This record gives sequence, structure tokens and C-alpha cells, in this order.
Amino acid sequence: MAEDREWESTETAVAELHKKIKEAFEVFDHESNNTVDVREIGTIIRSLGCCPSEGELHDLIAEVEEEEPTGYIRLEKFLPVMTEVLLERRYRPIPEDVLLRAFEVLDPTKRGFLTKEELIKYMTEEGEPFSQEEMEEMLSAAIDSESNSIHYKDYITMMVEVQLFKEKNKVT
Amino acid sequence: MGSGTSNQHHFAFQNAERALKAAALIQRWYRRYVARLEMRRRCTWSIFQSIEYAGQQDQVKLHDFFSYLVDHFTPSSHNERDFLNRMFTEERFPKDLEMEKCSDYNSIEVPDNYTGPHLSFPLLPDHATALVEAFRLKQQLHARYVLNLLHETRKHLIQLPNINRLSTCYSEEITVCGDLHGQLDDLIFIFYKNGLPSPERAYVFNGDFVDRGKDSVEILMILFAFMLVYPKEFHLNRGNHEDHMVNLRYGFTKEVMYKYKIHGKKILKTLQDVFCWLPLATLVDEKVLILHGGVSDMTDLELLAKLDRHKIVSTLRCKTRKQSEKLAEGKRKASQMSSPGRPTPWFLPMSRSLPSSPLHVGSHKAHKTGRSSSIPCSASLDRKELSQQVRRSVDLELERCRQQAGFPLIREKEPVLFMAEADSDAEQLLQPTQEEWKQVVDILWSDPMAQEGCKANTVRGGGCYFGPNVTEQLLQKYNLQFLIRSHECKPEGYEFCHNRKVLTIFSASNYYEVGSNRGAYVKLGPALTPHIVQYQANKATHMLTTRQRISRVEESALRALREKLFAHSSDLLGEFKKHDADKTVLVSSQLCHDQQK
Repeated sequence: MAEDREWESTETAVAELHKKIKEAFEVFDHESNNTVDVREIGTIIRSLGCCPSEGELHDLIAEVEEEEPTGYIRLEKFLPVMTEVLLERRYRPIPEDVLLRAFEVLDPTKRGFLTKEELIKYMTEEGEPFSQEEMEEMLSAAIDSESNSIHYKDYITMMVEVQLFKEKNKVT
Repeated sequence: MGSGTSNQHHFAFQNAERALKAAALIQRWYRRYVARLEMRRRCTWSIFQSIEYAGQQDQVKLHDFFSYLVDHFTPSSHNERDFLNRMFTEERFPKDLEMEKCSDYNSIEVPDNYTGPHLSFPLLPDHATALVEAFRLKQQLHARYVLNLLHETRKHLIQLPNINRLSTCYSEEITVCGDLHGQLDDLIFIFYKNGLPSPERAYVFNGDFVDRGKDSVEILMILFAFMLVYPKEFHLNRGNHEDHMVNLRYGFTKEVMYKYKIHGKKILKTLQDVFCWLPLATLVDEKVLILHGGVSDMTDLELLAKLDRHKIVSTLRCKTRKQSEKLAEGKRKASQMSSPGRPTPWFLPMSRSLPSSPLHVGSHKAHKTGRSSSIPCSASLDRKELSQQVRRSVDLELERCRQQAGFPLIREKEPVLFMAEADSDAEQLLQPTQEEWKQVVDILWSDPMAQEGCKANTVRGGGCYFGPNVTEQLLQKYNLQFLIRSHECKPEGYEFCHNRKVLTIFSASNYYEVGSNRGAYVKLGPALTPHIVQYQANKATHMLTTRQRISRVEESALRALREKLFAHSSDLLGEFKKHDADKTVLVSSQLCHDQQK
């Protein structure tokens, strides 16, 4: 009986995930024919709660693409793969404290901030580099114009606060 | 412990690796943040767009419904006929008398204390520039000058062909602007950034100058003034909003009546006669076709060039010429051929499902398979039943009246109503044929779509959705390079589609809300390579971060949606009761779309 209930709850979970995935997919399904441009897949996956790196994203795309890439991803292929990803809780979002430590690694002398130049250098030269657009976007919100630096602790708090608020007030 | 240097190396390497990992982590996190913002923005956009297009669709549907009633209701008494006459007095009086009344602006006196701009005719470039400056300073043009300007504009427009031809030989650069929708700030910005119109600087404004924004009048004055001053270089195309029926709903009529309390009606009446004389399209170097909406698989440029465009006063209401009996017969028989007739009104079931009867309104309608020019009935069964009932009773009444009158056979369309006697020939000539009307509706209302084919534009309620093959077909048929159109708001102010053969250009920035979208215009040089310039005419938006901008627009969208929901709350409650749990879940998850996990 316990197995039954477990099976049931998995079924419901899967059904719910399917619905979520379909809804996110639909936002970008401009032709209403269950396909989306492959360039939007990253946004869809991330909006579903995943936080893959660019490399991981490419792997995922390779999984859902057609054998002969058409530039479009079909829902039929996307749905099972994405469901699996969500069930396995792959690519979990990064907790606040881990993010803070990442910033601290880049700030070894523990000043509490990074200069604009340092941030630009790290974000555009290290890791999976930002594009110019991404960099400018981040700077516009992150940089304190007076000191020309980013006080990362405050920055994180500001960014995460909004997310948390929404999560707490999620309507079921 | 190893030697000092190797330790140092090891340490340095570890440090570098850690920095790399840290950077990658931050980037990963940030990209997710951006994606969620983008998702919110998209949802917000769909909300706005759906509300906007639903409004247009509503108006068209309502209009069709009333038109149908009016056309098929045979008044039983003289009084009723008169009443209906009055209700739909867009019917034109003998032209001359009416026009005389409206051009009687000379009798309007401009008071001494008037501080606005003065115009004298013939207009000079300085006058036009002065107008821009005056409007920038929030002055208002006196009704007398408005009417005078409109009168001169009409005189000028009458000489123009339906399809204007421009060449980059004369003015090296041509700037094409899209929808302005009464947003004067954007027009002023364009002139500021790109330069005022001049013999060396040609402009094409691609329709929808009015409605929604608050300065439609001023925009028209400026555009008409420059057109009179630089007739060879300054061109205007008609948009679907250059239409007094559409203006009734979307704000232009209200704006005119508010700003010109005494002469507003006269101005509006004159405007009808100006709008219908606006050219339908512009062709640059015989290669680039500029028109407001789009095209359909039936678009015929030769027909468009030949027809009398001023006969189409409004694309919403079409009173078309009576077909001869023979023609009606032929059409009924050739129901499988591809000549589209008047669309069956939306509230009537499609022709195929109905029994063939001479009374059947839609039987003459011919459909290409897969292509329908009618607006299909929407969902609810009740409405279908209702409309069937309506149709049946109307048809019955019609039949009875016909029999009484001794009419032999049904004609395609009976404008029985407006004239006490049968339509005179003169009246007939004032009406476009259905084919002509449809051609114009198509180019003013259609939208491109990604799929191949051509189907009815059910969202707007008029025109069609045309696919890349339709574009290709048209470009090849007329040896064109690409199409420039407007009609749709785009987040970046412009968008290419159909393999870069169709360019949408939209010049009203912040259209839905402050921060919702950029505006853009496109410049064409002799090589005809499009060069796009974007802008956002509101300093405040530059200060906001993306997130703040998106949040703001989102709030606005939710507000609009809430209003809609509230307005239809009783209907919605009814629906919910019928469908119970399912519907509830659906709605709340829609509302939660922006509140991601």
C-alpha cells in the first residue's frame, strides 16, 4: 500500500512537472506548434528552477535537439528530458552562502568589495565569460556609482531578497 | 612539505583554479537570474498584446454583428428606416454640399488673445518647423488653421496615386518610420535625432499616426504640414487606424472633441475625407514595398494601384456594390473556386455546415481549402446556438419580405436600407467592390507568421496571417527585394522575419508602458540596405535597471489584467462554476507565471 501511495505521489509529481514544463515552453512557442527556437531553451530551463552552467546547457540541448539540428526544439523531445532533470533535481540553484564564498574567493584580502575593473576582468576573462551585453547589464545594477565598486554582500542580499519574497508568497 | 617554489606553484595553480570556479559560479547564477527576468518580460508582453488585440477583435466582431443586423433587417416602416439611417450616418451626403460646409474655415475667427502658431497658405518650410516647435511647447493649433490645413492636405492627397513611388536617386537617404499612435515625444525625438524633413532627407511614415497616445492631432498637423511643404520627399501611407470607425474606440475621436470643443465635429468629418485619400503604399526604387499591415496570398498590386482608394472610407464597414444577378449565380455555383466573397460574419456558422438554401447568406462564399476569409465562431456552444437562431429568424423575415416585394431571387448583398428607393447608379459608383475592399483590408490589417500559408487573422478580426511563402511569392511576382511594414509593436522597435524579407518597424516607444519597448526607424540608402536606429523617448527609462523596468511593466500588465478580470468577473464566475477545479487551477497558474518558484 505504501508503494501504491508512493507511485501515486510520483505520478502526481510528474503530472505537475509536465504542466509546469509545458507552460514555460508555451511562452516561447510563438507559432503555437509545440516548437521553440533553440536559443530560448536556456531561458526556459532556467526559469524552471535549474541553474546549469553554459557547458551543461549545451549538453542538455544536444540531448533534445533533432539528429539534424533544425534550430528548433520540439516539446515531445524536451518534455521527457526536462522532467528527468527536474525529478533528479539536477542543476540546483546556488545557495546564497555559496555565492558569497565565490565572491570572497575573488576578494582574497577580504575588503568586502570588488572594483569595477576586477569584476569586469573576472566575468569576461574567467570561467564561462560574459558577453559585453551581459557585463553591462550586471554592472548597471551591481556597481555603486560613487565608489565604482560592487559591495557583493549587499548585492547578493538585494538580488536574493526579491526571489525569496516571491517564493514565500507563492500561490498554489 | 616539498620545496618552496613547487609549493608556491601549486598554491598559485590552486588559487587560479578556485578563481575560475568562483567566477564560473557567479556567472552561472547570474545567467539564471537574467533568464527569470526574461521569462517575466515575455509573459508581461503576452498579457499586453492579448488585451490589445482582443480589443481590436471585439470591435470588429461587434461591428460585423451590427452591420449584419442592419443590412439584413428590412424595416417595416418609414420611421424605422429613418432611425436606422440616423444611427449609421456615416452615409455621405452629396459630396459638394458637405465639403463646402467643412471648408468654410474662413469664417472661423482667430481671437486676438490666441497665442498658438499661425499658418498661412501656401505653407512654407518655416511654418512646418514652427509647428513642431510650438507643439513641443505644448501649444495648440487653432481650429481654423486645422481645417485649413486639412483642406489643403486633401487637395494634395487627391492627386497622389494609390502607390507612391520614391527613388533614392533624388533623395539619397530615405527614412521610414512606423506607428506613432499619438506619441508626439517620439516624433519630435526622431526629427531631433535624424533631422527635419528636407529635399535631401526623405521620410515615409507608415500609418497609424493616431489613437491611443494623447497628441494624435499634433502629429497629424506636423505630418501633413511637411507633406505639403516637401511633396516629393515626404510621404504618408494609410494605416488601419486612419479610420474614423477605429478612432471612435481608440481615442482619437475623443481627443479631437476634447481639444476642439466647438469645431471638433467639423474637424472629424473633414478628417474622414482626408484619411480615405491617404495613399495605400510606397514603393522605393521599384524594389522595396512599404505598407502598413502586410499582404495576403491574394494581394494584387495592379488592382491596388487602379482602385479608387477613397471609396473605402472605413475598413471596418463595407458597403459594397450590388452584384448583378448573374454574378451572384455564378458565385454560388462556383463555391469551390478561389474567389473570396464577403466574409461570413463571425457569429454565423461556416457555410459548409449549413443546408444549401437560396436564403443562405454564406452560400456564395467561396473558400480555398485551408484558407478562410471569415472569422470563425468562437468557443461557446450557447453563442452558436443563439446565432443560429438569430440567423434563422432573420432569414425567415427576409424571405417573407422578399416574397411580399415580389423579388425573384436572392442577390448577394442587399443594401436595402439606406435609400428609400433602390440605390441610384450614382450611389453605386461610390462603393468599392468586395474584391477591392478586401485587397485594402489585407494590406492594412495583416500580420506575418512563421508558418507557411495564409489564414484569417482571427486575433485582429481583419486581414490575414501570411507566411514566408506568401511573401516570397509576392516579391518574385513583382520583382521586389523586401517588404517594410509596421502594425505590430516589437520590444526592440523592429524585427526581421521571413528570412529577412519582411521588416517590421514600430516607432512608438514605451507603447504599453514606460520601459516596455524601444521605438525604431529605418534608413535606406541607394544600396537599399536597411540601417536601423533605435531609441526610447523617455529619460526615466535609462535610469532604471532592467529588473526595475521589467517589474514596472509587469505591474502595469497585471493591473490591466486585473481590470479585465474584474470587468468580466460575473462571466468568469459562471465559467468556473461549470468547469470546477480544472479552470481554477489553470487561472491561478497563469497568474503565477511571473511568480516563478
